[in-house]
Amino acid sequence: MKRTVFLICLLLAPLAATAAGGNGQLDEVKIDLRDKQALQRGARLFVNFCLSCHSAGYMRYDRMGKDLGIPEAVLKDNFLFSAHRPGDLMKATMPHDDAKLWFGTAPPDLSLVARSRGPEWFYTYMRSFYQDEVSPSGWNNRVFPHVAMPHVLYEWQGTQQAIFHKDEHGQQHFERFELTKAGSMSPEEYDAAMHDLTNFMVYLGEPAKLHRYNIGVFVLIFMAIFTLLMYALKKEYWTDVK
Amino acid sequence: MEKFMQWIDERYPLTETYNEHLAKYYAPKNFNWMYYFGSLALLMLVVQIVTGIFLTMHYKPDARLAFESVEYIMRDVPWGWLMRYLHAVGASFFFIVVYLHMLRGMLYGSHRSPRELLWLVGMVIFLCLMAEAFMGYLLPWGNMSYWGAQVIISLFGAIPYVGDGLTEWIRGDFVVADATLNRFFALHVIALPLVLAGLVFVHLIALHKVGSNNPDGIEIKKNKGPDGIPVDGIPFHPYYTVKDLVGVSVFLMIYFAVVFFMPEFFGWFLEHDNFTPANLLQTPTEIKPLWYFTPFYSILRATTNTLLPYLAGVALVTMVLAVMAVKNLIGRALIVGATVVFIAGLFTLEAKFWGVVLMGLSIVLLALLPWLDRSPVKSIRYRGWMYKTAITVFCINFLLLGWLGTQGVDETKTLLAQVGTIIYLLFFVLMPVYTSLDKTRPVPERLTK
Repeated sequence: MKRTVFLICLLLAPLAATAAGGNGQLDEVKIDLRDKQALQRGARLFVNFCLSCHSAGYMRYDRMGKDLGIPEAVLKDNFLFSAHRPGDLMKATMPHDDAKLWFGTAPPDLSLVARSRGPEWFYTYMRSFYQDEVSPSGWNNRVFPHVAMPHVLYEWQGTQQAIFHKDEHGQQHFERFELTKAGSMSPEEYDAAMHDLTNFMVYLGEPAKLHRYNIGVFVLIFMAIFTLLMYALKKEYWTDVK
Repeated sequence: MEKFMQWIDERYPLTETYNEHLAKYYAPKNFNWMYYFGSLALLMLVVQIVTGIFLTMHYKPDARLAFESVEYIMRDVPWGWLMRYLHAVGASFFFIVVYLHMLRGMLYGSHRSPRELLWLVGMVIFLCLMAEAFMGYLLPWGNMSYWGAQVIISLFGAIPYVGDGLTEWIRGDFVVADATLNRFFALHVIALPLVLAGLVFVHLIALHKVGSNNPDGIEIKKNKGPDGIPVDGIPFHPYYTVKDLVGVSVFLMIYFAVVFFMPEFFGWFLEHDNFTPANLLQTPTEIKPLWYFTPFYSILRATTNTLLPYLAGVALVTMVLAVMAVKNLIGRALIVGATVVFIAGLFTLEAKFWGVVLMGLSIVLLALLPWLDRSPVKSIRYRGWMYKTAITVFCINFLLLGWLGTQGVDETKTLLAQVGTIIYLLFFVLMPVYTSLDKTRPVPERLTK
């Protein structure tokens, strides 16, 4: 029996290592869904800024409120800007067709962005806007080149320039960012805010994640006891097999 | 109670069936852990059907609603996320179990006489399961679902003359679209499950007719006691029912651990690109099928113009071996003729077409195992170093091909996949040679531990 488990793990272990790959140079971010306060801060940020243009159209306000421990009165006063009822889906304030006209493309739904692109990508993306005169919005992004979205939070982060260097083949390589104008937050404060937002985005991608770990622990404890019982039963029956 | 049973038995062979398939079905007493995977495959079939029923209650097979309805299941339907994860992760576990079940057969010679038909039915189940998984994968209508289906369906376009018409007929549109989603839904939830259930039934009946093989590859029916019961056999129920319960518990523990703690399994069971809705205008950077198809997908991709001469070489080797095995002149002429036509075809038709043929052939070859294997013994325990080496190389090669199928293509990886493809073919083509040359050890009369 042990060998079965071991062999399966052994077979799958190298797969796990290779599947994680992707475009490099993403910053690490620690996700902690048990930190309700961080999730609430992230939710506030999301509703105040992101939700103006982006929807989280698969998610309902009241579900978020219940999961994050936000009382219904607070939810109604501070979160429901474009919606009428707490049971509504979280749709963007900006009309879809206007957005297409203004930005050339409608801002994508963000419900699942942490699942499709990964939290590391999201965290790095939010901190990687830099000024670029060539782009129509005046902004560019290191992990999403020529993105239509301008840097919405530049008042917090300040403005930064990207420093590139050329290699012998004339290829541009990103080196680092240089802060050209300080924002209202220090770099540490801004990173912390983006950390909260990323944490919330992971929750938003899969609300069930809050519960499934807890349930999983009980399921596995039950299965362990059940396995022992079954093993004892088998032993008992098999005593007469010679 | 006794009267009631008698009433039933006069009208339906309930006790008889129970005895024949459980209480008086005598199985060899030395099954090891590899023998769990048969009953586990049956368990997974049931899990998929039950979770599938609940998913069908909330899923919408409509190109505009499908993706949304899956998220609705994940968020708004009570326990919907659990059903979805059990089903999606279940597909991968089903294949893990089935692959190990097939490996078990290859290790202990379970495909050998008198179990050839059992093996063939199993191979048809495997094909059915692949179709079932492929069609199910389109249903969430994610971008990888969409493009995966697009790529795989377009494979049929490589068939000369009828290809384009055929792909259009399969899709019901010029691209994968609502019509495709609807028919895949129909096939996934009713047509294929029905066929699968029927085939599994036939598989079990065939098994109980010939009896189970065992790690020693000894026919226990050849050694019966005075009561007509095999000396080395024990009744399936209760002995193997209680033993399988242990296997089931351990298996469920691993399965649930994945379902509750890492359902995406690092992007191997649920791909990241599939959390974006299907988009005709946005191709994912790398289109790859889920892991259980990748060994065959690798073979498909490896078939380029550079591989064709080597395939011709493999065909020639096959011809020589076949000619040596067949004694009559007409048979020999047919073999040579077929080889000439095949080699001529290799250099006239597109490599893409041969890729599809080779992918199909790689599964057909598995089905031919009972006749390719010429060893006097069944179990690997009594075989010599040749088969042991061959099957080890085959397994490593299969995993390597599987891994390569998940990766992008570059020069080294294509070369590796091509070498892997040739090794895969040679394992089967040369099997009659190395299995008959191999030095075997004497098989004991009675089962060992």
